[in-house]
Amino acid sequence: MQILENFIRRLGSKTIEKIRRIGHMFIFLVTSFYYIFIPPFKFRLLLRQIRFMGNKSLVVICLIGAFTGMVLALQIYYTLRKFGSEAMLGPAVALSLIRELGPVLSALTVTGRAGSAITAEIGIMRITEQIDALVSMALNPMRYLVVPNIVAAIIVFPLLTAIFNVVGIFGGYIVGVKLLDLSSGTYFSQMKQYITMTDIKIGIYKSISFGIIISWISCYKGYYTKFGARGVSQSMTEAVVLSSIFVLIWDYFLGAVYL
Amino acid sequence: MIEIVDLHKSFAEQQVLRGLSLKIAEKELIAIIGKSGGGKSVFLKHLVGILKPDKGNIIIDDIDITQISTEELNIIRRKFGVVFQGGALFDSINIYDNIAFPLREKFKLAEQSIHERVTSALDDVGLHGTEKKYPAEISGGMRKRAALARALVTEPQIVLFDEPTTGLDPILLHSIHRLIIDMHKKYSFTGLIITHDIPEIFDVVDRVGFLYEGRIVEIGTPDEIRNSKNPISRQFITGSLEGPIGIF
Repeated sequence: MQILENFIRRLGSKTIEKIRRIGHMFIFLVTSFYYIFIPPFKFRLLLRQIRFMGNKSLVVICLIGAFTGMVLALQIYYTLRKFGSEAMLGPAVALSLIRELGPVLSALTVTGRAGSAITAEIGIMRITEQIDALVSMALNPMRYLVVPNIVAAIIVFPLLTAIFNVVGIFGGYIVGVKLLDLSSGTYFSQMKQYITMTDIKIGIYKSISFGIIISWISCYKGYYTKFGARGVSQSMTEAVVLSSIFVLIWDYFLGAVYL
Repeated sequence: MIEIVDLHKSFAEQQVLRGLSLKIAEKELIAIIGKSGGGKSVFLKHLVGILKPDKGNIIIDDIDITQISTEELNIIRRKFGVVFQGGALFDSINIYDNIAFPLREKFKLAEQSIHERVTSALDDVGLHGTEKKYPAEISGGMRKRAALARALVTEPQIVLFDEPTTGLDPILLHSIHRLIIDMHKKYSFTGLIITHDIPEIFDVVDRVGFLYEGRIVEIGTPDEIRNSKNPISRQFITGSLEGPIGIF
């Protein structure tokens, strides 16, 4: 009886702690959004973060985009051939990229590259008392460390996703047209017919929400880093894992709503 | 004047401050000594509102900072300059921008005026010529001096030093102490130094307080502390392994 009572007590205590942490994370997000609209705005920091998240992720986004498009084209082509619908290759590749793979894969790529770096930078600032230094100067650390990252992510993620999609579609073009002898006109003209503005909008909404999720979790984990270098590495791991999980769960919900 | 009354602070089960009380007069330079991990830095962070006490009051110029809003606290914080243990310089900007940072962000001064004050602060701490270097490119001693310059560039009324000489060789240690004395004479701030530098700190400050088990157990002039009969203070000053203070 005593064992059962202890088990229930521990379970209750852990559940309360988890709920408290989730609440804390949401308060952090709401506070960050509040400061987005309250001056003074830190434009230089915003530009720095746009460059860091966007410009420096370009090469890897292009590389992953190209190969994703190529693999998609290859797989879809052999499936479509069974039904004699090879002409649908263009729209199938483009739709998969624009609605689903573009936003998700670019988000996961940026999580690994920039999200972990944001957590590490803020985490190191925490353990070396740089955040305390800002507070002691009567300055709000959220304005300097969190807001620029969230706004930069809102701007950068749709752009990176768009680049990922374009490169991916051309990757599919290389495989479909150059390797598998589909006509160039068929690949693109079918695409125009089947892709609507709604598909593009869904991709944009997804990428913006993924940007918010990743920057929010990365900043949160960095901001509340504890216990030295080990704490920073732990926060980085947690930020990447949690961001990826949240992105995939949120992707499912958005997909279910918009289908 | 700063008055701390019955300050208590715990982290989970660990009681760090247990009724700390202290009065610091205007323009006084006071050192707080005590065991490592004894709550000295925690105490310092309460003074500038980085940590909130569980119980007790911190009264700065007749305002209890434990009872005011963040906006009101930020007005009080403008009176402070803080030299953190590792310097806490921002590593993404160079030394010039680090020192200019509080002037740009807190006081919104014109660039010409900022340039004059930063140059003067760099001269004060002997760091002329390091403006374009990043914190990672200079030595530990230089980082401490840069942190001191950043804390003093706004000419604060109160300066808090958290172990400003930790990890420095004896010559650098004395140079930082000399710098603190000179800057205190020049700017007439109220200063609180958290330190382990015994007996060197006795030549720097007006009074020394001994923090033990979360409260100030003895306070007096350097001579009074040096000649203290209190067995706890005596053991700490002499560094003896025998006495009431446990080693671990």
